[in-house]
Amino acid sequence: MTDVHSIRITVNGTEHELAVEPRRTLADMLRHDLALTGTHVGCEHGICGACTVLVDGLPARSCLMFGVQADGRSVETVEALGTPDALGPLQQAFTDHHGLQCGFCTPGFLMLVTAFLRETPSPSDDEIREVVASNLCRCTGYQGILRAVRAAADAGAGS
Amino acid sequence: MRDAPSGPAAAPAKAHAGATPEVPAAGGWIGRSLRRVEDRYLLTGRGSFVGDHQAPGTLHLVLVRSYVASATINAIDASAALRQPGVAAVITAADLAGVAPLRGVLARPEFVATDMPVLAVGRVRHVGEPIAAVLADSAYTAEDAAELVEVSYGELPAVAGVADALAEGAGAVHEAAPDNVLVDVIPVSSPGLDDIFTSAAHVVEVGISTARITAAPLEGRACVAAFDERTGQVVLQTSTQVPHTVRTAVALSLGMDEHQVRVISPDVGGGFGQKCVVAREEVLAAAVARLLRRTVTWVEDRREGLTSGFQAREQFYQVRGAFDATGHLLGLDADIRCDVGAYSCYPVTCGVEVLMAANELPGPYRLRIYRARSRGIATNKTPIAPYRGVSRPQTVLAMERLMDEAGRVTGLGAVEVRDRNLVDAQEFPYRNVMGASYDAGTYRESLARCAELLGHGSWPGVQARALAEGRLLGLGLACFVEPTAYGTASFGMRKMTIVPGYERATVRMDPSGSVIVMVGTHSHGQGHATSYAQIAADALGIDPGRVRLRQGDTELVPHGWGTFASRSIVAGGGAIARASADLAGQLRAIAAHLIEAAPGDVELADGRAQVRGDPATSVPIDELARTAHHAAHLLPDGLGRGLEATAAFDPEGTFSNATHGAIVEVSPDTGGVRLVRYVVVEDCGVMINPMIVDGQVAGGVAQGIGAALFEELPFDESGQPVCGSFVDYLLPTAADLPEFEIHHLCTPTTRTPTGAKGMGEGGTIGAPAAVLNAVNDALAQVGASVGRIPVRPTDVVAAIAAAVSRDPVDSRRKAQ
Repeated sequence: MTDVHSIRITVNGTEHELAVEPRRTLADMLRHDLALTGTHVGCEHGICGACTVLVDGLPARSCLMFGVQADGRSVETVEALGTPDALGPLQQAFTDHHGLQCGFCTPGFLMLVTAFLRETPSPSDDEIREVVASNLCRCTGYQGILRAVRAAADAGAGS
Repeated sequence: MRDAPSGPAAAPAKAHAGATPEVPAAGGWIGRSLRRVEDRYLLTGRGSFVGDHQAPGTLHLVLVRSYVASATINAIDASAALRQPGVAAVITAADLAGVAPLRGVLARPEFVATDMPVLAVGRVRHVGEPIAAVLADSAYTAEDAAELVEVSYGELPAVAGVADALAEGAGAVHEAAPDNVLVDVIPVSSPGLDDIFTSAAHVVEVGISTARITAAPLEGRACVAAFDERTGQVVLQTSTQVPHTVRTAVALSLGMDEHQVRVISPDVGGGFGQKCVVAREEVLAAAVARLLRRTVTWVEDRREGLTSGFQAREQFYQVRGAFDATGHLLGLDADIRCDVGAYSCYPVTCGVEVLMAANELPGPYRLRIYRARSRGIATNKTPIAPYRGVSRPQTVLAMERLMDEAGRVTGLGAVEVRDRNLVDAQEFPYRNVMGASYDAGTYRESLARCAELLGHGSWPGVQARALAEGRLLGLGLACFVEPTAYGTASFGMRKMTIVPGYERATVRMDPSGSVIVMVGTHSHGQGHATSYAQIAADALGIDPGRVRLRQGDTELVPHGWGTFASRSIVAGGGAIARASADLAGQLRAIAAHLIEAAPGDVELADGRAQVRGDPATSVPIDELARTAHHAAHLLPDGLGRGLEATAAFDPEGTFSNATHGAIVEVSPDTGGVRLVRYVVVEDCGVMINPMIVDGQVAGGVAQGIGAALFEELPFDESGQPVCGSFVDYLLPTAADLPEFEIHHLCTPTTRTPTGAKGMGEGGTIGAPAAVLNAVNDALAQVGASVGRIPVRPTDVVAAIAAAVSRDPVDSRRKAQ
């Protein structure tokens, strides 16, 4: 169990060289080896989506992926979307439309929707609802999240 | 009566007219949908949740949990686990000799107190009960080692449900309760009840059952415990709603004074009640940290959360109502059973659902003759704890089914029968049959408005046209009153040995003129940092951006009771309003001295103090703050020399009200239920931040719909939970819910300094009844009905099949 693999990974534009156990999840690697604790772990079986990050631009459940599988790839996490002083457009829409309460699931939704809007900059309401239904939120009843995604799309966040 | 602005696009609104607040709303910040100050750090991944913290040298704690429901523990062999590299220790009950069990007590004869040991002592009573704790240098190593711990069980027959528990010859879950009844109360038995039922024009009876469910906050429970040699303190970081209550429990269990325990709760990823009681794992982490003098972290995984975390609401109601010929409710008779699981949660005990069910069943309806028996029955299942609304979703379900049936048998229909029985505006304050005093509300108005919004008047035609197309539509209503913010007097009546209720706030202005608010409530998604700032800003005449909240650290904030039972905006907000008013008085006195005016003539607004109507006398509040600290020699003794006020508020209870309405379409082929519309008309008095209020309503409704249609934690006959992941435990997704239509009426309460009532649970309370009534309205067209939630597709199909077999011609004709 103690064998480690050396990997190179680009996270939020910065290249890292890491020695990780093969069974270490990407989520744990991001959170505890790279101190990027904005990625949260809600179920560890790929349903809730709180741990969603982008791997080579596509949403991935980082609890279901091993860190070693990200060798040579590029990962984006919530920390790359903006800062408290300069929110990204999607983050701004979430605060404008009360798209979060406890905030635990929020990073996963932000990453999911970031990839979605890049691919589908002008989505229909049904398309938004279908994508938002990929992740779980226990606080908001999704009402604010759906409004936020609509507003972000309308404001051109994906283009 | 008016619809308040809804959502962030709404224009800023002043506090609602008619309020009689103690604190004048100078700045008009109360009532505005300000964006939340919490959002910026949460949206950028800069939050701080317990599981984020893994200091070097931390030991990871993983529990060995029972996989049988009822057994003696004959032996525990940890030798193989201890041989694993990286394993530091395996702790069992034998290592925790000085650690007392959690023991929730109601000091009343109808209650049997039982112990919940921190680790099982010789006996396990439910699957998932913690038996041993493995500590290792990584969570991965600890999990592997936990699988190597051999537990030798002597299996016993499991008491897998209420029927098992009450059966002749059933085994006892606890020796102290040979009949498995831990609580058995008859809190009311009005004389003359039997005569009323004998002579009543109509007697209506309903049976309701609700499945065991769980709060399932997205962040599971988590702790980091350490022993600080410098202060001699156990420092416990934990994801809790109630930091001071955790401190009390840990101190009692570990035999320490409370000052020797510091509880810190950073960001909390949802709680919904599950984190308002003390988990044995919290005490365990603290005990192990003290024993080993190491930092210990435990982060629950989802399987643990769904099988071992506190559950809720497995209840059974048999309710009879006596109505006169004109549809007035004359008498109510209820028998209630709650499956409380294997242990009593601390401190509220397993009586929490049982007592509330009997006490609050009458709800918003006028009633003078009432009898209720309510029992809490021990089973070999996971213990229960409060979950948002506690027993109210079930009491409302029972009453609202009863009202629908009464509307049917009297011919009055669902709206008219309710309207005749709801407490009328001129009856407030209304003292109900249990002695509770309802402050003013809009019970009848909310019903009328909700029915109108749903198009109730034209509903029969809409429903008939759909039926002609082979579609089963249903409309359901639910009226309820939401008792919120119990104070010490109300909690004291339960006879808990730990009586919560008050809240205490310190409001401190620093030399720069910024304000720190410290209070014992604990926001976990409710946006207190925003709402509380609005309250303080209005009292102090400053911008809410100058106000910061400190919470969740027993070393920093006054003793308080945390966030649960829809209490924070009333109890915490009330204490903050009072302390802020006191501090405002200090500022006015300082300003009066500097500008040579009478304090009563000084007003605080827009960050300045001045003689009312005389801008020439204006002084910045920042300057007053600086003077109070850095130039106090200019002030007479008794003024300045710091700027701080502390005040407590112990509420007498506020009563929000609402009517929820749902329209559903039921598929007779698949049994699926689709929500078409969901309407809420609610009244929580003054809304401090309407956007946050709407968010609380929406989140609550989603949870209530989950309970009505999706969520269930089944156990098999041997007490095995058969649901251990989100694949099986179905939380509602965005695809399952319609857009909620939320409307407000506003009756400010005179019982709080701000005019606000508590409202955090209402969404969850109303939704199951509205949805079940809608489903039954649809099914009534084919002669079918269901009385259990969640309404699974199989239940619908079976109900329709049963109706067809009872009355084949009529049911088939209607269904076609």
